[in-house]
Amino acid sequence: MKAFTRLTGIAAPLLQNDVNTDQISPVAGHGVDTDYSNTLFYRQRYDSDDNEIADFVLNLPQFKAAQILITGDNFGCGSSRESAVWSLAGYGIRCVIALSFADIFRENCLRNGVLPVVLPADQHRALASKVAEIDGAEPFTADLEAQKIVAPDKLEFPFDIAAAERDALLRGLDDIGVSLEHEDEIAAWEHSMAERRPWLQTAARPR
Amino acid sequence: MTGTLFEQLWSDHRAGTRADGRDLIYMDRHVAHELHSPRAFARLRETGRKVRRPDLTYQALDHSVSTFRPAGDTGAESPFIVAARAGCEEFGVHVFDVGDPEHGISHVVGPELGLTTPGSSYACPDSHACTVGALGVLAFGVGTSELEHVFATQVLALKPLKTMRVFFLGTPAEGVTAKDLILKAISVAGADGGRGHAVEYAGPAIETLGMEGRMTICNMAIEMGARTGLIAPDETTIEWLAGRPLAPQGPDWDSAADWWRTLKSSPDAAYDKEVVVDCEGMETQISWGTDPSQVVGASQRVPDPADAEPARKEAMARALSYMDLKPGTPLSEIAIHRVFIGSCTNSRLSDLEEAATVLRGRKVAEGVKAVVTPGSSQVKRDAEARGLDKVFKEAGFFWGESACSMCAGGMGDAADPGDRCISTTNRNFENRQGPGVRTHLASPANVAASAVTGRITSARELLAGD
Repeated sequence: MKAFTRLTGIAAPLLQNDVNTDQISPVAGHGVDTDYSNTLFYRQRYDSDDNEIADFVLNLPQFKAAQILITGDNFGCGSSRESAVWSLAGYGIRCVIALSFADIFRENCLRNGVLPVVLPADQHRALASKVAEIDGAEPFTADLEAQKIVAPDKLEFPFDIAAAERDALLRGLDDIGVSLEHEDEIAAWEHSMAERRPWLQTAARPR
Repeated sequence: MTGTLFEQLWSDHRAGTRADGRDLIYMDRHVAHELHSPRAFARLRETGRKVRRPDLTYQALDHSVSTFRPAGDTGAESPFIVAARAGCEEFGVHVFDVGDPEHGISHVVGPELGLTTPGSSYACPDSHACTVGALGVLAFGVGTSELEHVFATQVLALKPLKTMRVFFLGTPAEGVTAKDLILKAISVAGADGGRGHAVEYAGPAIETLGMEGRMTICNMAIEMGARTGLIAPDETTIEWLAGRPLAPQGPDWDSAADWWRTLKSSPDAAYDKEVVVDCEGMETQISWGTDPSQVVGASQRVPDPADAEPARKEAMARALSYMDLKPGTPLSEIAIHRVFIGSCTNSRLSDLEEAATVLRGRKVAEGVKAVVTPGSSQVKRDAEARGLDKVFKEAGFFWGESACSMCAGGMGDAADPGDRCISTTNRNFENRQGPGVRTHLASPANVAASAVTGRITSARELLAGD
């Protein structure tokens, strides 16, 4: 996984609640080998003739190169599609700041080197007005090591993240590798279950 | 046993705990689907890993095969299906292939075959994996990376979830279905009311519900933001599972059933959150907006953002604009152009029977395009054996093949821009059933009634005219 340490880039506001993964990554943009660099918010960025919709935030000239997104409550709800995270990362947005994230989406972020930042309501409000005030003129910094978002005027917004999640992102850890260190325990569990409830360890095939 | 059922199943499936505090929760059964597995297989190749337990792993092909397909179509035009088949061949995973007798939507096929049994765990790279929680299964919807994780390890590395109980109080009126109960529950809990939680549904209305209705209820746990949902198994569950081909057989069945009867939350179990849904006097529910919590009773009017709490006003106004609705409009005056009965929410035999009861001897209204797709090949065969296909066809419905179909708008199974569709599915998100399509969520009976009148109509209203 690509490590996340510190990111300096334009911060764009999408201050809505319940932004779902169908919005972030519409199903029509999916493919087996898609690079997902231009699928993000496709239906909001482009009309049915593939022309840009001028007033969508990422189409405003000052936010086109956004790398940080600030949004509302329950970001990433709905479908478990990981293409939502791939689309954000493909566009260049590797840090999303929200009041809260949907569970599966947040897990998908952590496994793709995308930093999900949750801020308490008052801090979130303050940062949102700072993002509005700066209006894409200067970059913000998302500093995972120091656990803070830094505005262009040096105003700081500290955030909490579990130490283990921070560490995994900073090091770009291979999550499966971490679990495979427990292979013996997994095998022991399988042996024990084969004794206790054999039907759960011996699945049949139809026909 | 002590604690909630969810906590009991979690602890029963904990194979270990990682240094980062995540528990390794063993997945007894794993059903992948084709939108996710090609990339996960590719990652296994890159990292030189294998599928740890191909014998506990299955592949569904449901999202990218058209339900409008002609007989004999194998779905070969979907690059996802081609890549998924190749991966399954390479890694030794059984495919519920297009055209096979076991083909269908993953969450319909799993329970139907007896693959998912009470007290077991289940992973599927689909947010509606929670459907199978209806059998008392610990079910997890996952993304592609977590799918790859289960392939390689047979466990999920999870942070503990909080527990939440949704308690249905009282007895629902005749004609109030499982779909109505869950839509109401989501409107009470909110679109993120279950975030970070595992939901257990309980109460007399759940106990008297059949197995398929319980699946409809659990299916939509994710629509209130919950990571999973479940219902304690009982005699209804055990009877429903008896004789299913992949359920335990012989002496295993007896010991399994004995164990299943013990699976329930202890009377003193504490939940982190509780939501009570009063079923007394509740009418059938229809969504008016663009998230599944934006729901009102069928006899009500489109709500006015002016009356809503400040935090909700903007989202309501945006939803009304997308839905092209004016506040105060009676739902019953909203004309519809499209009708869809199907999806992992409402495509089982009892759902089709519920709709057919309304449609018998009636016709779809002029100008309305109506589609019904059974959730699996088995459901299709069972429905045809009962003559339900004839009821639908005579009413003017298109009788399709099994797959996800118009729920997610894949493979051309979509409505046209600007269409207003009343649908038995689970998400009324913008553009979900096709670009510019406006979706109203409802029960099979109400969708069928609306097909007949060409406007949003409750089955109760339609049948009252008989």
